[in-house]
Amino acid sequence: MPSFGADMDAARFVQWQVKPGQALKRGDVVAVVETQKGAIDVELWHDGTMARLLAQPGQEIPVGDVLAVLAGEGEDWQQLAAAPVAATVAAPPAAPPTQAQAPPASTAPTASVAAQHARMSPAARQRAQALGVDIEALAAQMPERVVALADVERAATTAAAAAPSRSTAMRAAIGAAMTRSWREIPHYHVGCEIVVEEPLRALEAFNRDRPVNERVLFAAVLLRAVAQAASDTPTLNGRFENGVFQPADAVHLGVVTSLRGGGLVVPTVHDAHRLSLSELMSQLRAVLERARNAQLRSSDLADSTLSVSHLGDLGAETVQGVIYPPQVALVGLGRVVLRPAVVNGQVVAARTLHASLAGDHRVSDGLVGSRFLAALTARLKTLEPGS
Amino acid sequence: MNTPEALRQAVAHALRGIAPEADLDHVNPTASLREQLDLDSFDFLKLLIALQESVGVDIPEADYGDVDSLERLVSYLLRRQTRTA
Repeated sequence: MPSFGADMDAARFVQWQVKPGQALKRGDVVAVVETQKGAIDVELWHDGTMARLLAQPGQEIPVGDVLAVLAGEGEDWQQLAAAPVAATVAAPPAAPPTQAQAPPASTAPTASVAAQHARMSPAARQRAQALGVDIEALAAQMPERVVALADVERAATTAAAAAPSRSTAMRAAIGAAMTRSWREIPHYHVGCEIVVEEPLRALEAFNRDRPVNERVLFAAVLLRAVAQAASDTPTLNGRFENGVFQPADAVHLGVVTSLRGGGLVVPTVHDAHRLSLSELMSQLRAVLERARNAQLRSSDLADSTLSVSHLGDLGAETVQGVIYPPQVALVGLGRVVLRPAVVNGQVVAARTLHASLAGDHRVSDGLVGSRFLAALTARLKTLEPGS
Repeated sequence: MNTPEALRQAVAHALRGIAPEADLDHVNPTASLREQLDLDSFDFLKLLIALQESVGVDIPEADYGDVDSLERLVSYLLRRQTRTA
């Protein structure tokens, strides 16, 4: 079970999208899991052939536990499927066939093997079907005995009580991640005002002859400038894990996205520093669409190196952010506002934007944050759409 | 689709995919649509793309200020349709 962020420690397995024996490529969607961020499509990280599916629908599976056994190139999937799971997991040097790096002592396979032979009274089975209770999942929770009618009814009541709490669960997860951030990360904040008259005018010209479907939002211009400025400031872009900061080679921007009905998700725009303006816009549209329809993929949530909280043109004028662990910085962008600004020694009305940077003092100081903001300001002097 | 009511329906339909909880009957037709329905720039772009597809009118960015309320949006669409028809 992959992790989709610091705020996740388990997910409920929903269903498999593949069968044993199926040849698969990196990036293929193999399963769906349910988290407080909604249903997420789990993608594969290696090419291979699916040997054995271990996770069962309805199971609550901790991060790091084994979901399935995948046969690598040159491995016989049928042989792997027949092998005991614990041994497969414990033999990393010869064969690295497991999809998730799980501890060998994992107990998930035992539970799922039991679930394959769900023991249940006929009345309980009938009631489970009528109430829509997942028989296999319920049996997996009580491998030591036969599932009775009362167990089914209790499971149905619990599920009904748990169902409307998506937003509560999401709030709790955000709270846990932000509490961890506030407890572990010694934040510093720096900010500045940026005149964005030039890039806005250039974007208006860029959009003028484009059909609505190909138009670029100013948000994309800002995200691209942030990504480029971050690649100039490597101590703000990366992850702090096990007491060590690891700078990242690429800028994978987490875009803080608020959802209708409350809550946040932070999907990723990958390699944002290398994308042209149009490419970044189409990536942004795709991830925002998936985020708002609760159809995110595992790669959307796995590996961002720096996050941006952009309040948009209906938001407040300034935002001082809280860093998402294990990242070490967060960029806050306020609403574009017409303000008096000094341009060439004259006070003029100009569209401006307040930018802030929250940094992690374990890794950098306010001077680095200031340098980042200077780089961001420089990137927003003009608009180079790229190709 | 050349009556104000038909265009209003088209806007309502386009909004269904963007702000499913929005109810146009409770929207003040002369106040900002975006602020009332909490449509950010991405939602608004999606609305314009949907209207381009259903009504056939592509609203240029320079005219965004003319379509900021429901009433102004509908009359803008009506005007542009009549002109192209």
